[in-house]
Amino acid sequence: MSNPPSALVQATGLTKSYKRAVALRGVDLEVNAGEVVGLLGPNGAGKSTLTKVLCGLVRPDGGRASIAGASAGSTLARSKVGYLAELFRFPGWASAAEVLTTHQKLAHRPSSGGDADERARLLAEVGLAHAATTRIEAMSKGMQQRLGLAQAMIGDPAVLLLDEPTSALDPAGRHTVREVLARARDRGTAVLLNTHLLGEVELLADRVVLIDAGTVVAAGTVTDLTAGHGVTVETDQGTVEHPKATRDDVPDLVARLIADGRRVYAVIPHRSTLEDLYLELVGDRETQR
Amino acid sequence: MSDVLVIARLALQEALRRRVLAVVAVLTVASGALYIIGSVSLQHHLVGQTDFTTGGKLEPIVPATMLGLASFGTLFLGSVLAVFLTAGAVRGDVDRGLVQPLVVRPVGRAVYLGGRALAAVTVSGGYVLIVSALGTLTTRLVFTDLPPQAWQAIPPLVVGVMIVTMLTLLVSCLLSTVATGISVLMAYGAGLVAGLLGEIAETFNATTLSRIADAVSYALPFEALYRDSLARLSPAGPLGQLVRLGPLGGAHEGGVGLWLYVLGYAVVCGALAVRAFSRADL
Repeated sequence: MSNPPSALVQATGLTKSYKRAVALRGVDLEVNAGEVVGLLGPNGAGKSTLTKVLCGLVRPDGGRASIAGASAGSTLARSKVGYLAELFRFPGWASAAEVLTTHQKLAHRPSSGGDADERARLLAEVGLAHAATTRIEAMSKGMQQRLGLAQAMIGDPAVLLLDEPTSALDPAGRHTVREVLARARDRGTAVLLNTHLLGEVELLADRVVLIDAGTVVAAGTVTDLTAGHGVTVETDQGTVEHPKATRDDVPDLVARLIADGRRVYAVIPHRSTLEDLYLELVGDRETQR
Repeated sequence: MSDVLVIARLALQEALRRRVLAVVAVLTVASGALYIIGSVSLQHHLVGQTDFTTGGKLEPIVPATMLGLASFGTLFLGSVLAVFLTAGAVRGDVDRGLVQPLVVRPVGRAVYLGGRALAAVTVSGGYVLIVSALGTLTTRLVFTDLPPQAWQAIPPLVVGVMIVTMLTLLVSCLLSTVATGISVLMAYGAGLVAGLLGEIAETFNATTLSRIADAVSYALPFEALYRDSLARLSPAGPLGQLVRLGPLGGAHEGGVGLWLYVLGYAVVCGALAVRAFSRADL
């Protein structure tokens, strides 16, 4: 019997307002060990606020949030989190290695192989092995974002909270980040990936949480959420659409057709995409704000 | 404690690498050269005058006056340094996204503030200590005499600039960098004006004005410390009264009560800063 998944990130009924603007209206969220959860939603949906509550930068008005059992924002919880903010900056005068060294000292998570080895490994993982001595002010935005990811991964944190980690990256950079996050997942890290890039989520996320106006409007695996209605069947008597059938209905449908003496050449269950789901649930509300 | 040192080191590195300290050093050397030229020139001018050469009554006024000028300049430059080092420490750096990656680490916000305060207090306090000591030494070498408590006039200035630093740190938790810098420097100017008003009030026995000046001195105790420093430079006796009405206007002894008050003031500033920063959404 396998163990039930352990939720390293748990949020229950989180609420948060900034004066009159309501950012979160009772959000529930779980991220298990070894799982990547994609957090989707339009601008102003509350994604960044939720991420900031989890890492202790914002205090919720109500509800509960915990990291590995410790109250979010507590010293214990922060010691288990690696965080990459959407809008962040490192001191322009510092080199990449100096930034990592400072964060290694503050992270209180000693590396088994030594700090210098860890810095070299992290810079190599994010494709900055050549830039250890490069000053931040000489780096492109994409390089700084890669360094931000390396900083977040110092000491192999149990939880990674990433707010738009690929927004400034080119396709090769995004590919690198996906590989890094996939390896982190394989090591058992719980990853919350806040992004606008639906393609990233489809490629990487085990589960998706779609949030709009501070409320979770959809949650589930990518497969579940993109499972559409309708099956197209090609038989000796032509192509027939079964608009109400689902993928689960396919075996019975085929059995019935064969029992009726038809010859079945192809069965195509219809699928939607995350973009379809996003547009259906959120639409262009962002532009209406 | 080591986390405080890491943050303080970061702030000091910022000041070093951004050449803040280099610029301050160059300008201070220029100011010091001006002071030396002025002192030597004045000494040469006074050598031929009877009162000065014969050890006349006015002789003690000269080094006291020059040191009073040096104290004003040193405290002013030290305060400007403290304000510019600290004005963006919290809100400003939060707006730039520099603080968030640091305070999500297990060190916490109070430690961050402690590190920033330690760096700024060390630099600004150290600056005033060194420049004041060099100014006093220069005055001693040029005029061959000093007011009896000349060296004791330095600690109030050092603590005064530390108070400016703590006040700036507190305001930086609430306001943006520019707003913090402007408000603290304007408060600094208001404090000096209040000190002079207090001296005028004392001269003309204007009780209400004197109370107002005292209230401002307590609200902005770096001013009270500056007045205490000037009092230590003032010669004793009737000559001292003359000096206090002139170049060292505002001199006023604070006593032990002032030091206790200043200690409490610094602690309250720090506590309010921690409280404001801890409750802020970043």
